[in-house]
Amino acid sequence: MSATSSNTPQEYTETTTYSVWAWMFDRISGLGKFFIEFFEGLGRSWVFFGRTVWASLTPPYRFYQLLLQFLNIGAQSTLVVALIGLFTGAVLAVQGDYTLSKFGANAYVGSMVALSLIRELGPVLTALMVIGRAGSAITAELGIMKITDQVDALRSMAVDPIRYLMAPRFLAGVICMPLLTAVFTAVGIAGGYGVAVGLLNLSSGTFLSQMDAAVEALDITSGFIKSLVFGVIFGWVSCYKGYTAGFGANGVNKATTSSVVTASVAVLVVDYFLTSILTRIFFQ
Amino acid sequence: MTEATSVNVPSMISIRDAYKSFGTQSVLRGVSLEIAPGETVGIVGPSGVGKSVLLKLITGIMKPDSGDIIIDGRNITTASSEEERNDIRAQVGVLFQSAALLDSLTLYQNVAFPLRERLGLSTEEAHPQVVAMLESLSLSDVFELLPQQVPIGVRKRAGLARALITKPNVILFDEPNTGLDPLVGQEVYELIKSSHEQYKFAGVVISHEIPEVFQVVDRVAMLLGGRFVAIGSPDELMASTDAAVQQFIQGKTDGPIRIQ
Repeated sequence: MSATSSNTPQEYTETTTYSVWAWMFDRISGLGKFFIEFFEGLGRSWVFFGRTVWASLTPPYRFYQLLLQFLNIGAQSTLVVALIGLFTGAVLAVQGDYTLSKFGANAYVGSMVALSLIRELGPVLTALMVIGRAGSAITAELGIMKITDQVDALRSMAVDPIRYLMAPRFLAGVICMPLLTAVFTAVGIAGGYGVAVGLLNLSSGTFLSQMDAAVEALDITSGFIKSLVFGVIFGWVSCYKGYTAGFGANGVNKATTSSVVTASVAVLVVDYFLTSILTRIFFQ
Repeated sequence: MTEATSVNVPSMISIRDAYKSFGTQSVLRGVSLEIAPGETVGIVGPSGVGKSVLLKLITGIMKPDSGDIIIDGRNITTASSEEERNDIRAQVGVLFQSAALLDSLTLYQNVAFPLRERLGLSTEEAHPQVVAMLESLSLSDVFELLPQQVPIGVRKRAGLARALITKPNVILFDEPNTGLDPLVGQEVYELIKSSHEQYKFAGVVISHEIPEVFQVVDRVAMLLGGRFVAIGSPDELMASTDAAVQQFIQGKTDGPIRIQ
């Protein structure tokens, strides 16, 4: 939308009117294109999800590939997950002691630490850690395999890339996420216990008995269901983004970033809805 | 030199009136080619004319918008299931431009991969064939290494070994000596020639390097503007009076081919 100083007033008006219409048309068509691409992508990702789940649950199973992914996703994430869990539990104890002391309720630090970790922080923080560490690696690995023709090579050898590459990673993610969450939560409670009993002078019996009184089996079930769902999100997003990575280093770079952002946001959004639904089902 | 080639024996590869577009960009516009069993055809043309797209159509990795690709009498474009497509693909080996070896596997495992995955052989059953193939392509000293630990020439040899190991009826070579120095490039051509003499496969060699590619092919088809503009023997192509063909062969910048 521009006019030079040589335009007559009439020319200026015509040019401006045309440009406004063109500008509006461009915006509307751009919006339309965005929505079409968005829903196309959504449809493709659901088809991919369906094919991956089918390939994960039906034979032939690839146990060796699955074991490799247990190593990559599970075993190699354990240390960092435990470390984050330890300090999350510790800081929860410090914050809990500070907050609860205002109400003279320091005795409930144990139940607060345990419930926070089991119901919420364990599944969510573990998922975010695993997405950041293993999800980005999976996306980058699959993206590089795609741009170097390795995925096409599999197809040309009559090997289904979904079954060979995606299914083991997806399945390993779904299985490892609850296990890593259990590690995070257990180490977190231990960290909270250490700080509360060792530094804040809470008695061991009080910490453990309050925790025992507050935590129900349904709390653990709720946390387990969450971690299972987050495992599905982790496997789905990281594999799909790698499988659909664009060309060149830039394509892999964008896919990896998008994978971490999409999966992290999805975990937090789904967490809200899951918490609402599970609370309604289990605790009301 | 003809637009279409008639052969008396049934074709091993039959490309019939194949069209392929990406969005508004039309890449292939009615490509037809018949390749006889044991024949090797070079598909040449400038970069970006759709040579690699044509290769992906032949392997069934992409589907044409219209037209048919028939491998040994079976139409891969109309195959009703992935299993049927895989059955047809089992007749085809591919040497990719970058070799496309699986980088998490050693060279040995890469060569054994089609035997294990496609033919379902056990490790013990596959071993003698893999060892023989590695020896025939002088890979015995490096078989334990990963692809990223060996030079591109060795990767190409391993890629050729992987393509040959199941003794397919068709082998496709995507830019087999691109990125190689002249000595290694010539070595790859020698390997293609010797393996063709041994295994008698029908071959398609995608390349833009002429006249080097002429030494390994029986016929050449030049792809330009989405169609084959010339099909014939290497000598016929060299003697062509077509301005575009001559411009491409001689590597001139002036002529009907616009450099992209």
